[in-house]
Amino acid sequence: MALDVNDLRVHYRTTKGDVRALDGVSFSIADGEIVGLAGESGCGKTTLGKSLIRLDGRMRHVGGNVLLDGDELPIGNDRAMNKHRFKDVSIIPQYSMSAMNPTRRIGKMIADLLRSRGLSYRNLKDELVHRLELVGLPERVLDNYPIELSGGMKQRMVMVLSTLLDPSLLIADEITSALDVSNQKAVAETLVRFRDMEFVKSMIVVTHDLSLVYQIADTIMIMYAGRIVEKAPAETIVKAPKHPYTKALISALPEVGLEYGDKRLKSIPGKPPQLLNPPTGCRFRARCPLASDECAEQPPMVDVDGGHQAACWKLED
Amino acid sequence: MGRYFRRKLLIYGVTFFIAVTINFAIPRLMPGDPVARMLTRNKVANVESSEAMRVYFTDLFGLDVPLWQQYLNYWAALFKGDLGVSVFAFPSPVTSIILDALPYTLGLLLPSILLSWFVGNSLGAVAARSKWLDNTALPASYLLTAVPYMWLAILLAWVGGVILGWFPVAGGYSFALRPSFTWVFIVDLFHHWVLPFLSLFLVALGGWAIGMRNLVIYELESDYSNYLQALGAPRRLVRRYAFRNAMLPQISGLALQLGVVVGGALVTEVVFAYPGLGSLLLNAIQNQDFFLLQGILLFIVIGVLLFNFLADVVYVLVDPRTRLGLEGGVS
Repeated sequence: MALDVNDLRVHYRTTKGDVRALDGVSFSIADGEIVGLAGESGCGKTTLGKSLIRLDGRMRHVGGNVLLDGDELPIGNDRAMNKHRFKDVSIIPQYSMSAMNPTRRIGKMIADLLRSRGLSYRNLKDELVHRLELVGLPERVLDNYPIELSGGMKQRMVMVLSTLLDPSLLIADEITSALDVSNQKAVAETLVRFRDMEFVKSMIVVTHDLSLVYQIADTIMIMYAGRIVEKAPAETIVKAPKHPYTKALISALPEVGLEYGDKRLKSIPGKPPQLLNPPTGCRFRARCPLASDECAEQPPMVDVDGGHQAACWKLED
Repeated sequence: MGRYFRRKLLIYGVTFFIAVTINFAIPRLMPGDPVARMLTRNKVANVESSEAMRVYFTDLFGLDVPLWQQYLNYWAALFKGDLGVSVFAFPSPVTSIILDALPYTLGLLLPSILLSWFVGNSLGAVAARSKWLDNTALPASYLLTAVPYMWLAILLAWVGGVILGWFPVAGGYSFALRPSFTWVFIVDLFHHWVLPFLSLFLVALGGWAIGMRNLVIYELESDYSNYLQALGAPRRLVRRYAFRNAMLPQISGLALQLGVVVGGALVTEVVFAYPGLGSLLLNAIQNQDFFLLQGILLFIVIGVLLFNFLADVVYVLVDPRTRLGLEGGVS
């Protein structure tokens, strides 16, 4: 088991109280697995991605633990976490376009970073150049400033840099959001290639683009209001979802090859709940067409069949 | 990049030409007549000798030829470093009067600008990462920049000069002394220098500190800082990058500040009766000394243009983004 997350709780501190962005999240990821993490804005998916590598100033680790390759990650302790970052856990951020220091040559910046982590740039340079070539970047980009690269080149540069030390876990946070469709595909394929070449052991791909994550992920997790509501192989999530929220989400997506005519795609009525004072019980209750009295109690995550879990009282057998 | 500098030089050249032309025109368009002023000052009753003097002064000030020739002569004299003869300090040439006042102005402004820049930026950079300093130094900085300069200068003169009696409140040196290279004079000079220096230093300090603090905080919260930290870079590296990038606008700001050096600090020199270019300018205006006024203004124009050009050059050198923007990127 590469990654094991147990009952993780991360809150945002605000003047009005704690916003429970992650409220008891448990899952595990196997070696070599690519997990897609999907959900609508504000459901906590980025918070989950971030909390596995670096909590920002407002985030507080309230409970639960994270095991990576059997060792506990000290996610609440910024200083202790430092030695795991980049080497064990790495991230491709949402903002690749501005992720590199604009006034430093890229090669110099990488050298600074590696040296500060006690590594030798010279020893790693051959591997770096080799990987740059894999993604179609020439060696001379190392002598360029970030502004000299196009958006796609910057994205690939950051992908190579983030995975340079062969981390066990890679978090890809909304990395295709700012790209056009053909670049999205190239980036998605590069992620799969990096996994196949064992540059990274396992991967969490955070996205709101279900159709993209369906192409590359082995497993998809659906989050809603700070909790995971369904986890299943990618194929199953799309073809045979069990949770009403997942079903609603999937039916809001157009499907290639189908004639919709004047039939409208269904959107989900209502809004996700406030996480400042979340409602008790199932959080999808207020928007769920199937909701009944038993939903006032929080539904447990149950196995539907092999590798398919969902948290709902109304699962059909 | 060469094209950029050629274009800049051309722009500065045209600006210089226009400024000199306006500078030539202003005294001639202003009311008052320097020749008549010299005559009244000499109080000549005799009509004949008065006429002789009129001819002499008209010739001396170069006003005996048509306007277009005056203009050409003005340019020719300019390149020889001849700015004419002063009226109120007749018969000293304007150039020597300005050069006499210049050391006082430079001695006052250069250290205050450079030191306030250096100390202010260091203070701001440290305040950006120390809560304690941020809560003490920052309000003080706001106070210093917000206070009207005139008031602060007078307050300093009053406290340091009148109440405590540590420093003299007026003059560049004691009236009992003549400028010379003796220890007595140098110590006296320094003694007179402290208060005006302090007033300029304090006021500029706050502005630099606030600016630097905000810039560093902005850089520390930027995406590249976040990414470095996510990859486990130590605080030291992140801060170094942030500091370096925050310095860029401050460097060009310094170059622009230095541009006003030659203009002198009029208010400072008036409050402390300091014998620099600022008080010279005031004297020239009060005495309708056109040639001196012209000379000082020209000096200021040259200074501002020169340092603005320097700011352009410096910015291109320190920031790869502007440099690459000029050269065009590589793909």
